[in-house]
Amino acid sequence: MADAVPSLDGAWVGTGRTAKAVTGLLAVAALACPWLLTALDMGYYITLASKVLVFGIAATSLNLVLGYGGLVSFGHAVFVGLGAYTTGVLITEGVHNGALHLAATLLVSGLAALVIGAISLRTRGVYFIMITLAFAQMLFYLANSIKGYGGDEGLNIKTRSLIGFGLDLKDTTTFYYLALAVLALALLALHRFVPSRLGRAFVAMRDDDVRAEALGLPTFALRLVVFVVAGMVGGVAGFLTVNQQGYVSPNLLHWTQSGTLMVMVILGGVGTLWGGVLGAAALLLLQEGLAARTQHWEFWTGWVLLAVVLFARHGLVGMLQGAWARLRGGA
Amino acid sequence: MLFIEQALNGLQFGLMLFLLAAGLTLVFGVMDMINLAHGSLYMVGAFLAAWLVQQTGSFVWGVLGAIVLTALFGMLLEATLLRTLYARDHLSQVLATFALILILNDGVKMLFGTDLPLSAPAALDGPVELLPGLMYPAYRLLILGVGLALALLMYVLVSHTRLGAWVRAGASNRAMTEMMGVDVKRLFTVVFGIGAGLCAVAGALLGPLLAVQVGMGENILILAFVVIVIGGIGSIRGALVGAVLVGGIDTLGRTLLQQLLREFLSPQWASAAGPAMASIAVYVFMAAVLALRPQGLFPARG
Repeated sequence: MADAVPSLDGAWVGTGRTAKAVTGLLAVAALACPWLLTALDMGYYITLASKVLVFGIAATSLNLVLGYGGLVSFGHAVFVGLGAYTTGVLITEGVHNGALHLAATLLVSGLAALVIGAISLRTRGVYFIMITLAFAQMLFYLANSIKGYGGDEGLNIKTRSLIGFGLDLKDTTTFYYLALAVLALALLALHRFVPSRLGRAFVAMRDDDVRAEALGLPTFALRLVVFVVAGMVGGVAGFLTVNQQGYVSPNLLHWTQSGTLMVMVILGGVGTLWGGVLGAAALLLLQEGLAARTQHWEFWTGWVLLAVVLFARHGLVGMLQGAWARLRGGA
Repeated sequence: MLFIEQALNGLQFGLMLFLLAAGLTLVFGVMDMINLAHGSLYMVGAFLAAWLVQQTGSFVWGVLGAIVLTALFGMLLEATLLRTLYARDHLSQVLATFALILILNDGVKMLFGTDLPLSAPAALDGPVELLPGLMYPAYRLLILGVGLALALLMYVLVSHTRLGAWVRAGASNRAMTEMMGVDVKRLFTVVFGIGAGLCAVAGALLGPLLAVQVGMGENILILAFVVIVIGGIGSIRGALVGAVLVGGIDTLGRTLLQQLLREFLSPQWASAAGPAMASIAVYVFMAAVLALRPQGLFPARG
C-alpha cells in the first residue's frame, strides 16, 4: 500500500514565509468568519461552517492513519460515532458536565481504537481494510440493537454539554469557536508530530516497512499508538457532532460515513497537513452549493469526485501546490 | 420444522449473496480492484427488472431483460471507466467507485424514482408442501432453484471451459497469464459483464422479498465483501462456500438468537437485539477466519 501515498509532507506548510503567510491568513479568515457571515446577513451559514470544522477534525484524524501511516482504515466513523454516543448517553443519564463528557469520550474511543488496532494492525493491505470495516459494522449493528438508547431511531438530547465560562453550545457562534479551537489544536499537533522523531519513524514505516523493522523500530507498537490517538481525536469530533446536532443515530457509524471521511481525505490530499480540512470543506460546500440548485446534488457530486480521481491525482492540496509552483515559475 | 424452514431461507439468501460475490471476487482477485459500486449493479438490476415487469407484464421477460441490460451496462462501465482504475492504488479506486455509487443512486432516482413495486409472479404466490407439515413459499423455492442452477453453471464455466481456465490463471498470476498470450483486459470486460448479470439476477429475485429501493446495494455490498474475504479473494469456489456460510449464520442467527434472548430479555428488546447480534456474528466469523487462515478458506493466489 505504500505506493498509494504521494510524498508531499511539509511541502505545503511548515516551512517558508509563504506557508506562514497563508496559514496566518487562513487563521484570520476562520476567526472572522462568524462576524463576517452575520454582517452579510448570512448567519445561517455559521452552522455549515461549524460542520466543515467538525468534519475537518474527523478527516484530519483519519489522514494521520491513512495518509501518514499508509493504513487504509475503512471504519473511522466508528470513533466519531462512539464519541457521539458516549456524550449522548451521559446527557440522557443526567450527567451534564462537559469535561466529564470529553474525558469519557476520550476513554471510550481510545479503548475501542486500542482493541480494534491491536487486532487489525496484525494484517496488511486489503485485509486491514476489510477487518477495520468488519469492526465498524459490528458496532453499527450494536448501536442499532440498543433499544434503551434509541435503537435504530437514534437518540435525541435536549441539553448540551456544559463547558463552563457561562458559554452555551446551543449558540451557533459559541459552538463554531469551540470547533475551531479543537481543529486548530489538532492541526498544530499534526504539524509538530510529522517532523518529530516519532513522526518520522511513523512515515518511514509507511514508506518501507521492512527497512523500518530492520532499523529496530517497534513498528507494531508505534502504529498502535498513532491509531489510538487518531481514534481519540475522531471521538472528540463525535462529541462535537452530537453537541451541534442534538442528535445521534447509528447512521453516524454506517460504512458510508467512513467512506465519506475517506473521500474527504483523498479529495483534499492524502498525507498532507491541510488535506483533511480542505477535503471536508470542498465536499460539504460542493454538496451545499449543488443542493441549493438541484435536488440531484448527489449525482453531480459524484461526477466532480470522478473528475478529481481522473485528473487531480494528488487531491486539492496537490493541485494548489502545482498551481503555486507554476505561478512562481512563471513570474 | 422451523429449523428446516430457516435453514432453507439461509441457503437461499446465501445463494443470492454468491451471485453478488462471484463477480466481485474475480475483479478483486485478478485485477486487485476494490469496486464499491458492485452493489449499485445489484440495485440497477432490480430497478430494471421492476420496470420491465411493469412494462411487459411478464415476470420472466422482465427479469431476463434486466439481466441482459445490466450485463451490457456493466461491460460499458468496465470498458469506459473501471478499466482505467485497475492500475491505480486502492484509495483512488475507493474514491472513484464511491463516486459511482452517488451517481448511480441518484441516476436511478431520476429515471425511476426512489422505489418501484415488484411482486412475485401470481402463479408462485402460494406455499408448497415440501414434507408433511412443512409448507414453504413457492417463490422462495424458485430462488433456491435458480441459485443452485447458476452456482452449478458458474462451477462448470470456471472449471471446465477455456474461459474459466483463463480466469483462474489470471487469478493465480496475472502477469504470467498475460505473458502466455491471454488478453486479460478483454477477458475482463466479459467477466465483468457476467458478474453484472449475476448481480441483476440477485436484485430481481430478491426484489419481491426485500424492497426495490435506492440504496439497497449498500448494505448487501459489505456482506458480499465479507463473503469473498472468508472464501479467499479471487476464488469462485470460496465465494460459494463463504456465501452459504454467511447466509446461514445471518438467517439462522436471526431466529435462533431471538428465541434464545427471549428467555432472559423482554420480547421488545429481544426482537431488536436478535437480528443485530446475528449481523455481528457474521463479522466475528470473518475476523476468526482471518485470524486462523489469513488467505481465506480457498486461497486463489499461488
